[in-house]
Amino acid sequence: MEFIAGKYNYWIYVALMMIGFYAMIAKGNLIKKIIGMNVFQTAVFLFYISIAKVREGTAPILWDRTVLYDNPVPHVLILTAIVVSVSTTAVALALIILIYREFGTMEEDEILRIQKNGSAVPPGKPE
Amino acid sequence: MIKEHAPVLVILVPLLSAVLVPLVGMLRNRFCWHVAFAATHVSFLLSGLLLFRVQTNGKISYRLGGWEPPWGIEYVIDELNSFVLVTIAFIGFLATLYARKSVVAEIEPVRIPAFYSIFLLFLAGLLGIVITGDIFNLYVFLEISSLAGYALIAASRKREALLASYNYLILGTIAATFILIGIGYLYMVTGSLNMADLRERLPALYHSKVVLTAFAFFSVGISLKLALFPLHVWLPNAYTYAPSVVSAVMAATATKVGAYVLFRIMFTVFRVEFDLEVVSITSILLVLSSAAIILGSVLAIAQTNIKRMLAYSSVGQIGYIVLGASIVNETAMTGSLVHILNHALMKGTLFFIAGCVLYRTGIEDIAGLRGMGRRMPFSMAAFTVAGLSMAGVPLTVGFVSKWYLALGALRADLWYLVPVILVSSLLTAVYFGRIIESIYFGRAEDGHSSGSLSRERMHEAPTGMLVPALLLAVLCLVFGISASTTVGYAEAAARLLLGGR
Repeated sequence: MEFIAGKYNYWIYVALMMIGFYAMIAKGNLIKKIIGMNVFQTAVFLFYISIAKVREGTAPILWDRTVLYDNPVPHVLILTAIVVSVSTTAVALALIILIYREFGTMEEDEILRIQKNGSAVPPGKPE
Repeated sequence: MIKEHAPVLVILVPLLSAVLVPLVGMLRNRFCWHVAFAATHVSFLLSGLLLFRVQTNGKISYRLGGWEPPWGIEYVIDELNSFVLVTIAFIGFLATLYARKSVVAEIEPVRIPAFYSIFLLFLAGLLGIVITGDIFNLYVFLEISSLAGYALIAASRKREALLASYNYLILGTIAATFILIGIGYLYMVTGSLNMADLRERLPALYHSKVVLTAFAFFSVGISLKLALFPLHVWLPNAYTYAPSVVSAVMAATATKVGAYVLFRIMFTVFRVEFDLEVVSITSILLVLSSAAIILGSVLAIAQTNIKRMLAYSSVGQIGYIVLGASIVNETAMTGSLVHILNHALMKGTLFFIAGCVLYRTGIEDIAGLRGMGRRMPFSMAAFTVAGLSMAGVPLTVGFVSKWYLALGALRADLWYLVPVILVSSLLTAVYFGRIIESIYFGRAEDGHSSGSLSRERMHEAPTGMLVPALLLAVLCLVFGISASTTVGYAEAAARLLLGGR
């Protein structure tokens, strides 16, 4: 019981990571893949925040040097990783817009079929 | 001043120019190229300076903002990364030279300033990965170069490029996030992000499950990034549909940087003893890279598109680079490291020429190359040299790296790797031999002639595109005939990595 309850944040991290990872790989819809990617990355943020926690620690603001505080380094690292995640999402969404304009769909198998069989939608004119 | 701050300037010059380029683009579209050219030129000269300083004075440590490592970010330049740095900066410089004409033909005019800006970001990211001594900084640079890479592929006018770029983005993000998780686990147990510091702290923890998990995440993430078989699925489409100059740069540098990161993690952050005794990563890599070498060549034979064939052959060549590291002795490691440069020279030439052919004739299929030897004699000469080099013909660079790899395999009593190398060389000879034969002895069919131009008339690629390709082809021969310089650098780097094994 202690093994599960005492480290519940890590279990949440693992569960979220698997859900996100599954969506990234198994889903055929390009937007759903991006949602999966965001869940996957958020799970990693939770993991970093979890490892920063010190038992009985407070926010790392140095009012008084005797107070026990959390490790601020993972927080800083994950701020960078959040920026990276936002940029990745932005690039991915931009690509999806271009794909939608070109093929008129966001389903991967349909796009592959259109690529193989020639244009279903005239370029530049989505339905 | 410049000498003192050279390690950071190598990165800063392209990074800041990436901001400058769109501003210049607002004034005059065509000046963008000049800025990009100047930036990559300066970066190349500085990396050359660093290589020279490392060879004469040994390791350079640069503290960003004056913070002491392991707290601050440290740039470390040693025998290994100065060599990789020069390779990348050199290819980046030549590619910018090549881009001037090629980009005008392949990218819409309004997008050209943005293209050069992203191109510089991509190079800055790659150079940053190589130069940094801080493992989290490595992740940040990795993402800078990857994000720029996705955009560069999507810049192509071909619509297939969009989905190729998207799939690369998904797999690239999985890879980068795995690396991030690995960094998190290492930080969790050591409290350090500095590579040299991690090397000191980790041996006591080698049997900790956290460290083993971290290593697993690192190895899968990096293998995905460097397109090691069977994680290579993103590579062929990305290289086939990207603009010519982007394919050339990516094939010549991006996967090499992936290989460099693998070596750094395996042999600098972790030690050789860990790779051999605690986890048997080297035997796993041995099998995977042998499979990559054979299957990459087999798949390349089956292709009809020039760039797709080159992409599959890249998968095989990445196998060679990883193979040398998984044999774990100095000779094989030398072969592997020298192949980083050699493959960059060969693949750079081949993709440059594929771009020249596309520029002049619009031909993308191997069948279209029939009789091309009369029409584009210089381009085809360069293609032939690089093709023979890929097959490992003596007096070319391909032979040098294969020789060291085979020698290393024999010294490690892994004799069964020698047939792998030989069979793959034969297969490579088959697919390049076939093309070279049709270039010089094939008769052009009328169906392939484009427009009113007769295919028998000589019609070379523009000088700006031809010169970088010819230069690389000449270097393929120069470093093949007198390999002592490049092998010398690679040997020093291999000694550094393996510590006299």
